Amino acid sequence: MPGLGTSFGRGGATTAPSDLLNSDAILIMGSNMAENHPVGFQWVVEARERGTQVIHVDPRFSRTSAMANIWAPLRSGSDILFLGGLIHYVLENGKDFREYVIHYTNASFILPEDFKDTEDLGGVFSGWDAKNKKYDASSWLYEGCAEGGKAVARHNAPHSGHCKYGAGTAADLIDCKRDLTLDHPRCVYQVLKRHFARYTPELVERFCGVSQERFLKIADTFCSASGPEKTGAICYALGWTQQSKGPQIIRAAAILQLLLGNMGRPGGGILALRGHASIQGSTDIPTLYDILPGYLPMPNLGLDSQSLADYVAKHRDKTGWWWNFDKYIVSLLKAYYGEAGSRENEWGFNWLPRVIGDHSHQGYFLEMLDGKIEGLFVMGQNPAVAGPNSRVERKALAKLKWLVVRDLVELETASFWQDSPEVERGELKPEEIGTEVFLLPAAGHAEKDGCFTNTQRLLQWHQKAVDPPGDARSETWFMYHLGRRLKEKAKQDPRPRNAGLNALTWDYSLEGKLQEPSVEEILQEINGYTVADRRLVSGFGELKADGSTACGCWIYSGVFPRPDENRANQRCSRDLLGHGWGFAWPADRRILYNRASARPDGRPWSERKKLVWWDENKKEWTGLDVPDFTRTKAPDYQPPNNACGDDALAGDKPFILHPDGTGWIWAPKGLADGPLPTHYESLESPVCNPLYPGQQSNPAALKEERSENQYASSPDERFPYVMSTYRLTEHHTSGAMSRMLPHLAELQPEFFCEISPELAAERGVENGGWVTIMTPRGIVEARALVTPRMWPLLINGKMVHQIGVPYHWGYRGLVKGDSANDLVAISEEPNVRIMEAKGILCNLSPGRRAQGKAALDELNFFLGGS
Amino acid sequence: MPISAFLTDPSVCIGCKACEVACKEWNQIPDDGFEWYGQSYDNTHALGASTWRHVLFLEQKQPMGSQLAGTDEPFRWQFLSDVCKHCANAGCLEACPTGAIVRTEIGSVYVQPDVCNGCGYCIVSCPFGVIDRRSTEGLAFKCTFCYDRQAAGLMPACAKACPTQSIQFGEINDLRQRAKTRVEQLQQRGYEDAQVYDPQQTSVGGIHAFFVILGKPEEYNFPPAPQVPTIHLKTAWTYALASAAALLLVVCGAFFL
Amino acid sequence: MLKDTLTRWPFIRQILSGGDGTGVEAMSARTRNLRPRHESAEVARSVCPYCAVGCGQLVYHKNGKLISIEGDPASFISRGRLCPKGSDSFELLTHANRETRVKYRRPYSTKWAELDLETAMDMIAARVWDTRERTLIEERNGEVLMHTTAMAHLGGATLDNEENYLIKKLFAAGLGMVCISNQARI
Repeated sequence: MPGLGTSFGRGGATTAPSDLLNSDAILIMGSNMAENHPVGFQWVVEARERGTQVIHVDPRFSRTSAMANIWAPLRSGSDILFLGGLIHYVLENGKDFREYVIHYTNASFILPEDFKDTEDLGGVFSGWDAKNKKYDASSWLYEGCAEGGKAVARHNAPHSGHCKYGAGTAADLIDCKRDLTLDHPRCVYQVLKRHFARYTPELVERFCGVSQERFLKIADTFCSASGPEKTGAICYALGWTQQSKGPQIIRAAAILQLLLGNMGRPGGGILALRGHASIQGSTDIPTLYDILPGYLPMPNLGLDSQSLADYVAKHRDKTGWWWNFDKYIVSLLKAYYGEAGSRENEWGFNWLPRVIGDHSHQGYFLEMLDGKIEGLFVMGQNPAVAGPNSRVERKALAKLKWLVVRDLVELETASFWQDSPEVERGELKPEEIGTEVFLLPAAGHAEKDGCFTNTQRLLQWHQKAVDPPGDARSETWFMYHLGRRLKEKAKQDPRPRNAGLNALTWDYSLEGKLQEPSVEEILQEINGYTVADRRLVSGFGELKADGSTACGCWIYSGVFPRPDENRANQRCSRDLLGHGWGFAWPADRRILYNRASARPDGRPWSERKKLVWWDENKKEWTGLDVPDFTRTKAPDYQPPNNACGDDALAGDKPFILHPDGTGWIWAPKGLADGPLPTHYESLESPVCNPLYPGQQSNPAALKEERSENQYASSPDERFPYVMSTYRLTEHHTSGAMSRMLPHLAELQPEFFCEISPELAAERGVENGGWVTIMTPRGIVEARALVTPRMWPLLINGKMVHQIGVPYHWGYRGLVKGDSANDLVAISEEPNVRIMEAKGILCNLSPGRRAQGKAALDELNFFLGGS
Repeated sequence: MPISAFLTDPSVCIGCKACEVACKEWNQIPDDGFEWYGQSYDNTHALGASTWRHVLFLEQKQPMGSQLAGTDEPFRWQFLSDVCKHCANAGCLEACPTGAIVRTEIGSVYVQPDVCNGCGYCIVSCPFGVIDRRSTEGLAFKCTFCYDRQAAGLMPACAKACPTQSIQFGEINDLRQRAKTRVEQLQQRGYEDAQVYDPQQTSVGGIHAFFVILGKPEEYNFPPAPQVPTIHLKTAWTYALASAAALLLVVCGAFFL
Repeated sequence: MLKDTLTRWPFIRQILSGGDGTGVEAMSARTRNLRPRHESAEVARSVCPYCAVGCGQLVYHKNGKLISIEGDPASFISRGRLCPKGSDSFELLTHANRETRVKYRRPYSTKWAELDLETAMDMIAARVWDTRERTLIEERNGEVLMHTTAMAHLGGATLDNEENYLIKKLFAAGLGMVCISNQARI
């Protein structure tokens, strides 16, 4: 989220797969789209057939590469070098879309003198606190705001990157000093140029492993898809995000797209390809610790939590859309606590729990391992196979007092106490595990009503066809009836600690013999209503901060504007962008920031690339999409002095959530690890950082080093190969939805790894034979698929072998195998706390691993014996 | 009734195997065993009684049109979804002694499981090695061309699912024209070895599931000149008659001598 | 009647049709009457539960039973197409390994036991109440904390928005749980 959020304002894909048909070039990187989003990929294939240039940059030659016009191999973890190379190419060759860059980005903003770049400080930006391993980001703010001097930090929030556009230093960033000639030595454009000056084609060749010729061909092809007549799109997925610098890779892509003028325009944008049916939805309405629905931050003890007024003051921006922050939080509290919330008790703000640190998956599993967690609910996830360092995750489960697992099948997480490798190896003994386990069968998608939010921010309703079998129930049913029981207990016990639970609105109608709560009523609560008469609101524009409206997720407001109009259930698509089908947040806008599809004066950049434009006669924005802009704000609108909110943004500022209305080439706030992306090696790497010998990897990333979670050094003779985990078309994540199904299990029936013929020869491995792969965390065995689709790369004069390891297998199912995640470390990227599963170091040897307890001896001997 | 056909075009196939699964789901076919073959991503191995669409994975050291792929030497990864060819002169049908295999009004070759007695004569008579017997039922099975779906005007399951329209379904003459146009288009784009695989000149007399291929048919395990085994009948009978006559002559000669 | 009986006889059919005995005249009654099995079924408009592309699905069902699932041609996203996983959605809901009863494992036990759903719900509610009672911290240094870190939740990216909404609402806003996480990390 923060990669896109800080750059543009919202943490969601800015475009849709079908819009790729409008692209002149498509760069797919960090994604294996053909394999993991095959039906979305139809648009890429169709575009290619019409002449679009498709570029795939990836360590492996995958099914996506097979369909591309150009493929380039890449050393895992060197993405910022490659993208930085493209940015360098654009700047050196004057390929930026200058009119767009001047008006719609912050390239012209002047930076303060006390800002120092990584190029000045040997790999860290100014503000680095080496002792506490975090940045004071105040020197990243712009210089010379209206009052003169430097932008003043309002507060320095902890970095919980999911909220709003990240977190970090809050400040008022309007009317700052700019140089529209872009010549000022401290303007963003010039700083950017210096920052990426060393990202030359030679450097790319030496450290990414892409020949200069191939790199320049890609640079020329992609950067030509720019200007009034052309656009290019970038697609990414977990190849970028599962790195210790994931959001910064996305930032590099965002910078490139802003320089090329590709944002907000048809065939442009950045398409984040999400991996689960509602992964976008589960951050919008989060089952995450650091945010509330609609990207409002969870209150943080001691930082913003003293009062609602304090919390709002810290998070509300004076200018731009987030001026409305108070309306959204108060409406959410009204949805949660209903009548019990009043102005006097700040709508129940004090009933919300405060966060005090890292309560993410990675963070709390280590706490669990230390016995600090009693109970865990797992719903539709399988950490015993899919979690990083899954050995640790399985052992942590054994420390719980109780575990509730809800899924369609008995997956590894539910049966860790019975048949996990740890039981086989004698590390866990069932008769010594005190965890009480409840496995509750869940309902499938055709057995319940509800909506998913897909990769393009589109809410789509799935209608219930049949009842779930036996005792299987939806999560809605489970949560409602669990809540009902707990509220009954709380009712008997009116202590303050139960006030929030007692206040919680929980009066959904029950339907049918299963007593299923009405899912439409829940979506209506999410949509929002007026408190007095429970009239559904038509959109977030109606929300108020005075307690008169309730809204469960402001960005979804408008999805259910009338009792008989569930827009997620609309199925009459009218055009390529699907208007009439589903509901795209916000306000059914399909391409975000689409004001930028018109020139500053409001006319389309070209007939070929028109999308939204100013209708001079009607005095409003119109076009082929819902304008992502105040409909009647003229292109030449200039804000009056001291204007607030959206009124403070001029008519040529398309990025309305940003306080300055521009696309952020430079991120003055919002990221924990720097205002610009810079190349760091992975936490484990076969080479030293070529740019900053003194700063090998992302200084702000957490390694969580402990005996169960060790790292190789960089480089490490014991672990010379670079491996990445990934998915295959034929399976789904940890396999619970594929390994148990005969028609999918047969397609990829065994755990394998992909290696090059050169590495196979070097290690004496035969195609189809067994190999053992080890990292400091674990040991697994896999079948070897020796294939010319893997190439060794010459990196800085040394041959580097890469290994591909799909992660779908576990110890249950029709097809079983070791879990690749046993090899991955628990690590935390500083903004979103994701683990690094791409570009880690490993060893590979021919033959099977030892079985049972001996496997651990083999690993320990290997670790200790060198 | 118009004659139906499949046109399978590997130049847009992404090797996802949706066709295999959609086919098995619609036709309620059991799995084909959980064996890993180590042959690229192909683990269903071949067409058979329980795999009626099969995606081939070909890793070749050849260029793919103007694609920039390999580093030092050219490389391409091709996918092709193979299927029963529904031959104009079908070996299986001609060999079937029970009348279980019939030619339908849409031109397809359909095995009637309620008539089949599992004799297996069809298996050896298929020049493409498509039809096979499933041990659990003891009967012969192969692609039905979704005869049940076509009866209601619906597209076969594989063609419907195919994400990139690598499998096209339609009227045979129309598809033959599309295949021809596609080959011309590919050749113009630098795929010099593109051609249609539709052996009309051999005794199978053309097929109802043809392919746009790059390179030689053999690379896809297609026989370059498939023949219906029954073409050998005439010569076999001639030889038999000739031998009988010769034998008669010898016997008669023995009397006279 | 007699005519009907006679014309069903393949030999007569062959003579009447003038065929060679390998065409429609050789079809059995089953073959002649083949129709798609979802022909008279009801259909629910749905969305594929696997990846995030969000392909449209048509879920055919009859008398409370699923018949088949295939792509929805009207969807502007997928245009009726599905990948192998989407194509396998019917099997996802109907395969033999699917659990349909509550399974319960007592502490230190080596095997699963059965449990009635309502009993399981009561027991889970009791565990939650008990853990929360002991671990909820209302204040720290005079400031409201109102949280417990002793209970955690994992999962959500495969669930519906409404489900995630209730999870966050009850667990965080109602119970004070802060350890809430799912697959979506970025």
